[in-house]
Amino acid sequence: MLVQILFYIFGTLLVACALGLITARNPVYSALFLVLCFFNSAVIWLLTGAEFLAIVLVLVYVGAVMVLFLFVVMMLDINLAELRRGFTRFAWLGWITALAVIAEIVGVVWSRGPTGLDVTRAPVPEPASYSNTAALGQVIYTRYAYPFELAAVLLLVAIVAAIALTMRHRQGLKVQDVSRQVSVRAADRVRIVKVQAEKRT
Amino acid sequence: MPQTLATAWASLPGTARTTVWIVIITVVLILCVALLTLWERKVIGWMQLRRGPNRVRIFGLFPGLGQPFADVFKLLTKEVVIPTNANKLLFWVAPMIALIPAFAAWAVIPLSPDLVLSQANAGLLYLLALTSMGVYGVILAGWAANSKYAFLGALRSAAQMVAYEIAMGFALVGVLMASGSMNLGTIVRTQEGGFLSWNWFWLFPLLIVYFISGVAETNRAPFDVAEGESEIVAGFHVEYSGIAFALFFLAEYANMILISALTAVFFFGGWLSPWQGWPGIGATLLGAPSFFWLALKIFAFLFVFLWLRATFPRYRYDQIMRLGWKALIPVTLVWIGVEMVLEHYHIGPWARPWFQ
Repeated sequence: MLVQILFYIFGTLLVACALGLITARNPVYSALFLVLCFFNSAVIWLLTGAEFLAIVLVLVYVGAVMVLFLFVVMMLDINLAELRRGFTRFAWLGWITALAVIAEIVGVVWSRGPTGLDVTRAPVPEPASYSNTAALGQVIYTRYAYPFELAAVLLLVAIVAAIALTMRHRQGLKVQDVSRQVSVRAADRVRIVKVQAEKRT
Repeated sequence: MPQTLATAWASLPGTARTTVWIVIITVVLILCVALLTLWERKVIGWMQLRRGPNRVRIFGLFPGLGQPFADVFKLLTKEVVIPTNANKLLFWVAPMIALIPAFAAWAVIPLSPDLVLSQANAGLLYLLALTSMGVYGVILAGWAANSKYAFLGALRSAAQMVAYEIAMGFALVGVLMASGSMNLGTIVRTQEGGFLSWNWFWLFPLLIVYFISGVAETNRAPFDVAEGESEIVAGFHVEYSGIAFALFFLAEYANMILISALTAVFFFGGWLSPWQGWPGIGATLLGAPSFFWLALKIFAFLFVFLWLRATFPRYRYDQIMRLGWKALIPVTLVWIGVEMVLEHYHIGPWARPWFQ
């Protein structure tokens, strides 16, 4: 009973935050709504017993990805009036995407229906000693080892591509050579000079 | 009388007892922050051959002990100035967001053999997630204040936190490999058997990386470019005054205590005694595990925080990035490789029975 009440509270919050995300005028507010969305979906995952996924969602998306998102959004100098114009102009595209996603979800639930996907009952709670993380790790590194490695390589390729695309070699940059800075000795910089004292006149 | 109290305590439901403990831990933590600010000024004073605060007394005794409380009352009674064009909502929310993770993290820290608020199996992940959220307070404060200095501080802090979080996470992967668990209580219990079997011995490079990253994550000297006074006045909290500023201050010091506690739990055996299992001393009270040992370790690491601040000049920004990405992360990766070899041949922590 408690789980159901919590689910509806956080589910409602999640939908509300998602609506706020697309309707907020200020892009920083949009990013913050997205953070709240992540939190609410993490709570829903926790309710189903997927503690590893829930915490990693917060760790990766809230702790790292959205920080960088905010970083970029805050630095952009966006003309808000122009942004408002685009909202209605591209609304038809948004509707089509939303309808497609809804159709897919309904299709999955419909086709799996009463046999495959049990949509009415919550999963059976595991005993306290059950470790979600260990269970996931045992599957990922044995049965799904190759798909897992493939995903990792894909991410690596994306990183390399992003760096390669944005790398620019500008001429005439004044960059410090750190290895030279570190290897400097006092004798290179300081010269001790014996100066003959002048006679007082 | 103590008998009736004990029975009344035992008859309380579990949630009520946990709530009482939450209140106790929070209040003690806030008091510790107050005393830590005094201790910091005293220690740095002694290191610079000064006396530190020695005027405000409590009941005419203990010169200097009243200083943090006097500061608190001063900050409480000051006006909170909200800059024009500041984003009022986020300006108010930011200090609270900075504060919450610093306190919420204590839920999974084992304080003594019997006392831990939550025996979460993914405690280590929970801590990583929470420490990575502290940056939101800083970023939002810098943005909402509508000031160039504050904004620069926020951007610096964001980049720095993201960089050092990775090193921190990898260092914790090493701890996880040595303990075989993400439950903090289990991590402490696997280090049993005197101070040479604690994790610091076999994971020494990771300890160094973890502590440096911890100092960087809390924005403390020598990594305090987010509030570098000489360049950007006070960084992200330049527009804050009164109690709103005090909340940031509280969060920073609570985070210091938290990082010290985590270093103690992950690398120095938490509440275990350094002489556990030794002949003679191991059988006495000094060899028994207790909260006292954890407090002692936390205190020692807090001293290191202050010591670092009094010793080192501030890092240049590009040097911080270089240290994080090009020194600390490779060290952790290499050491995880070393751990793999050690584990394969069952050396050190991996010679314990549950790894065989």
